[in-house]
Amino acid sequence: MSGQHSSSETAVRVRRLEERLIGAGLTSDDELDGIIGRLLAGASPANGARVVARAWVDPAYRERLLADANAALEELGLSMSTGPQPQRFTVVANTPDTHNVLVCTLCSCYPIALLGPSPSWYKSEAYRSRVVREPRAVLSEFGLDLPEGTGIVVHDTSAESRHMVLPMRPDGTDGLDEDRLAALVTREGLIGTAAV
Amino acid sequence: MARVNDVGGQSGFGPVTVEPDEPPFHADWEARVYALNVAMLRRGAYNLDQFRDAIERMPPAEYLAASYYERWLHAVETLTAKADG
Repeated sequence: MSGQHSSSETAVRVRRLEERLIGAGLTSDDELDGIIGRLLAGASPANGARVVARAWVDPAYRERLLADANAALEELGLSMSTGPQPQRFTVVANTPDTHNVLVCTLCSCYPIALLGPSPSWYKSEAYRSRVVREPRAVLSEFGLDLPEGTGIVVHDTSAESRHMVLPMRPDGTDGLDEDRLAALVTREGLIGTAAV
Repeated sequence: MARVNDVGGQSGFGPVTVEPDEPPFHADWEARVYALNVAMLRRGAYNLDQFRDAIERMPPAEYLAASYYERWLHAVETLTAKADG
């Protein structure tokens, strides 16, 4: 960990804060355990992958997803309303001409409900500062070397709005069913730092 | 004026470091801070904009030295400082 305090010192600080807030009647151990449990059990890139696989096999769903992603999520029993405030959700589709990649330059906005907790690199100053200035170089460091002719669109997320990338369906996957297609999709593909 | 968190386009932060097989939280206290913040937002002790503002108002040196969830901890502590008074 890169913090300025030792982890045990910080753990004590957190325990003190927790005791203070529970003592003030603002939360409870049960509530806190429930929040963590639901996050770890429910929020995962498997959710985003399901959406992508459906869009790959069902062109009409793909259209609805790109037109109104919040409504299209509900069709699959998914929702962005895990947080305290409703979030507008937009899906951006990769094409042979355009590759999309996500960032939150100001902080760490990220579709946790669909992708799970975000990786540290996404929240790092290095990624946030560089991907808007030299996206091709950053993607190359992730192992994604795009053709010269492919344009890159960087989407800077905000507190009220979340994005997800719809990768292109890989060649040679015609025979696969939805579950097997979903298994091909990675978290990085949904952020845009990988092709799929 | 741009605050310390407004890093888009800046130079000097070095390469992007990826931690393979990174767990959702690196320590129990990180998960507890996450949960405390969600609980306080739900309860309306403060809102998301106030939360972000509390992080972005951190002195630049402190912001840059702090880990992600240390910033969250700072914000929850600051915003609830009078909650039990």
